[in-house]
Amino acid sequence: MHFTINGTKYDADPDIRTSLLDLLREHLGLTGSKKGCDHGQCGACTVLVNGRRINSCLTLAVMHQDDEITTIEGIGTPDNLAPLQSAFVRHDGFQCGYCTPGQICSATGMLDEAKKGWPSHVSESLDGDIALSDEEIRERMSGNLCRCSAYPNIVDAIREIAGEDA
Amino acid sequence: MSDKHTLTMDKPVEKSLLDSGAQGLVGEALDRVEGPKKVSGKATYSAEYPIENIAYGFLVRAPFAVGRITEIDMDAAKAAPGVVDVVTDFDRFIRNSAQGAVKEAPVQGVRDVVYFGEPVAIVVAERYEQARDAASLVRIVYDEGKGSFDFEAGISHADIPPDGAAPATFEQGNIDKAMATAGVTIDGDWTTPSQNSAAMEPHASIAMWDDDGLTLYGAYQMPSFDRPSLADALGLKPEKVRIIAPYIGGGFGGKLGIAPESVAAAIASKTTGRPVKAVMTRQQVFDATVRRSNTKQRIRLAADRNGRLTGIGHESHTSNLPDEVFFEPAGIATHFLYGGENRKITHDIVRLNRMLAGSMRAPGEAVGLLALECAMDELAEKLGMDPVELRKVNDCEQDPEKDIPYSTRSFTECLDEGAKRFGWEKRNTTPGKLREGEWLIGHGMASAARGNMLQPSEARVVLNPDGSAVVETDMTDIGTGTYTILSQIAGELLGLPIDRVEVRLGDNAFPPGSGSGGSFGAGSSGSSVYLACESIREKLAKAMGVSPDDLTLKDGEAIAANRHVALRDIIDGAIEATGRIEPGEQGEKVKQAGHGAHFCAVRVNAVTGEVRIDRWTAVFAAGRILNLKTATSQCYGGIVFGIGAALTEELVHDPHNGKIVNRDLAEYHLPVHADVPHLDVTFLPERDTHANPLHAKGIGELGIAGAGAAVANAIANATGARVRDYPITLDKLLGSLPPV
Repeated sequence: MHFTINGTKYDADPDIRTSLLDLLREHLGLTGSKKGCDHGQCGACTVLVNGRRINSCLTLAVMHQDDEITTIEGIGTPDNLAPLQSAFVRHDGFQCGYCTPGQICSATGMLDEAKKGWPSHVSESLDGDIALSDEEIRERMSGNLCRCSAYPNIVDAIREIAGEDA
Repeated sequence: MSDKHTLTMDKPVEKSLLDSGAQGLVGEALDRVEGPKKVSGKATYSAEYPIENIAYGFLVRAPFAVGRITEIDMDAAKAAPGVVDVVTDFDRFIRNSAQGAVKEAPVQGVRDVVYFGEPVAIVVAERYEQARDAASLVRIVYDEGKGSFDFEAGISHADIPPDGAAPATFEQGNIDKAMATAGVTIDGDWTTPSQNSAAMEPHASIAMWDDDGLTLYGAYQMPSFDRPSLADALGLKPEKVRIIAPYIGGGFGGKLGIAPESVAAAIASKTTGRPVKAVMTRQQVFDATVRRSNTKQRIRLAADRNGRLTGIGHESHTSNLPDEVFFEPAGIATHFLYGGENRKITHDIVRLNRMLAGSMRAPGEAVGLLALECAMDELAEKLGMDPVELRKVNDCEQDPEKDIPYSTRSFTECLDEGAKRFGWEKRNTTPGKLREGEWLIGHGMASAARGNMLQPSEARVVLNPDGSAVVETDMTDIGTGTYTILSQIAGELLGLPIDRVEVRLGDNAFPPGSGSGGSFGAGSSGSSVYLACESIREKLAKAMGVSPDDLTLKDGEAIAANRHVALRDIIDGAIEATGRIEPGEQGEKVKQAGHGAHFCAVRVNAVTGEVRIDRWTAVFAAGRILNLKTATSQCYGGIVFGIGAALTEELVHDPHNGKIVNRDLAEYHLPVHADVPHLDVTFLPERDTHANPLHAKGIGELGIAGAGAAVANAIANATGARVRDYPITLDKLLGSLPPV
């Protein structure tokens, strides 16, 4: 089978039962995406599929042969961090680092959703532009657990980048 | 051969070299040095090492709570596609995780099962999916035995355990008499449920053998203890085991000791001749690693009309498996937080067939203060007194039980500063009466206290002539900031920019560190680095022909006697030194603890009982703060754990078999982004010369101490309802809410 991940083509031979997350971690050596629960409950495995965030543990690899998949490795490298990654470092938006790739992929997808005007549970209105208040950021990021509880710093990092984009 | 510079803390270290460093690193809010790796997915955690010819292990677990296994039928599993073998070892598999800081194996032997979901075998297959599927085909035949599952029923025949982190029992004066003669009293029971550390990374081991023995990539907090513990379980000498754990995806106590997957993977690897990776599922972590015990705590407070305590009783019952000596030391902070001459603090264990109970963030304080600090709030209300004032009235000059001083105690200062920052004087003073629309508003506070510890720890430091340095110790960074603070300490003392210091952690090939636990990691491992650097400084001073006190090191240069000399012009080759810190008499001569105060504002929905936290202020004093940024983050983490304990976290045990019913992250509710407001955390300046040469105390657990009680007290202030059974879920509030 063939997969396109971070713009690179990969050949792999996963089991029919292999999740997209296990394809990345166990077959392709892309271990930046993390397994925290394998049930879509923690968000550590969040990646972007065709630009949208998804829990990669909840979808089978074989369903994604024609998709463009972006993982944390495709967002930026230690020597060339994306602005959001740098903001996480500056604001200490992580401690152990295990949920971090998922937080960053999720935030990347979330910023795009907000830009497109997608409302959330706490949005004042179902249409119109979205101003990313702290409350909006917290609501939209609540699918990504952080047991170290870097939450306030993650919100600071995302707010900074959202502000630059606006 | 490297020199070993050892310091035993038998007396205070009055002068810390950190105060005279010229590099300006220590105390600053510096970014984590390993941050770029973590935010780009390049930090490698235990399950992520690419190993040739690896096979996947999946644990098979007992589908019953108590009984004896008569047969494990492996035929169907062994015949399944891709299966390499099914392995068990009734004698050597460990029954449960090891406790923290233990060098022996935990209880071994799994033929006789004592809790639901105990790991009893491991399926090894070419692929993960094959191993997991085949594990479901293993049939366990057993004779079911009779277990104990009822906590309340067990209280009447509870054990008194041996002393642990706190004395099992302690009495001073006569609490009964104090209660009988006091002007005002509080006497009540508080209960807290079992909880799980729930680090985001599940426990995982990759085990592989060669002629030198076992190498295990593991997610462990204390490799210098986990190594001998694992070796003991396998019948090996410690030097035949090497644990590698440079990155650990959170611990919070749950990864202090070796967990069942490590021994299973090691035995499976030996049996199959393949490297074996065993990663626990989230459900297995919940079922078969370690929980914080549930507690029932009776608090008695006796006070005079001015609020001065004359007696404190804190009698707790917690639970654990048979043969386990660990007890949740719920009264640990009660020993030193407040005065009062009549005292009774006890810890009894109810033996239950529930999974192992052990350390979770701030064992003792975390749940003990959920009771004590709410009792104090109730006392303040009864006295008609400001809860802050009540705490201040009961601040102590010295340890109330031993005739020793505190090393430092900025407790009243924390209360005052917190009250000021929060705006406590504008709080709601009439419970249940401040309302905005359908929301009831409340304000609450609680004290924070956590004892400070020091553990033996070693580190090796190598200073190179090119002005770079390498620090090595098997100490870990579980998100605590160890990489960064050790870089800061070495850079400060050797006069190097932080990017010229490389810190290598979490590998038994390095000198044995304290490990991460009990908030002693920074003080202990930081001191070992300090001592190694002190030794190197002495050699540099000698080479310069000056006394060490007259030597300044900055930006790779030595400055003394009006000379600036590059390191390469002083030393020909690398200088190496090993530092070792040992706890000493300072642990007994003074009472060492961090102190603080939490203040929070909550909203409680008058219709649904939903609780939202709007605002939080916390002030802490814990000696020198080594890195303002990572220290603040540690406190955030503690506070949010406290919020979880107050509002949502509860492991539910099936009353018929002790099984954890809500064993995943959808049903065990950790706080999420939406549950956490901006947190205002401040540290008061403090130096603790008694603690260690850094003058720093632990902060990883101080933040959780009292945090949940502040929430509970704010809820009581909002609603007028006192819920003494944690977590304070909506159902417990509904009956006390005003008519709609």
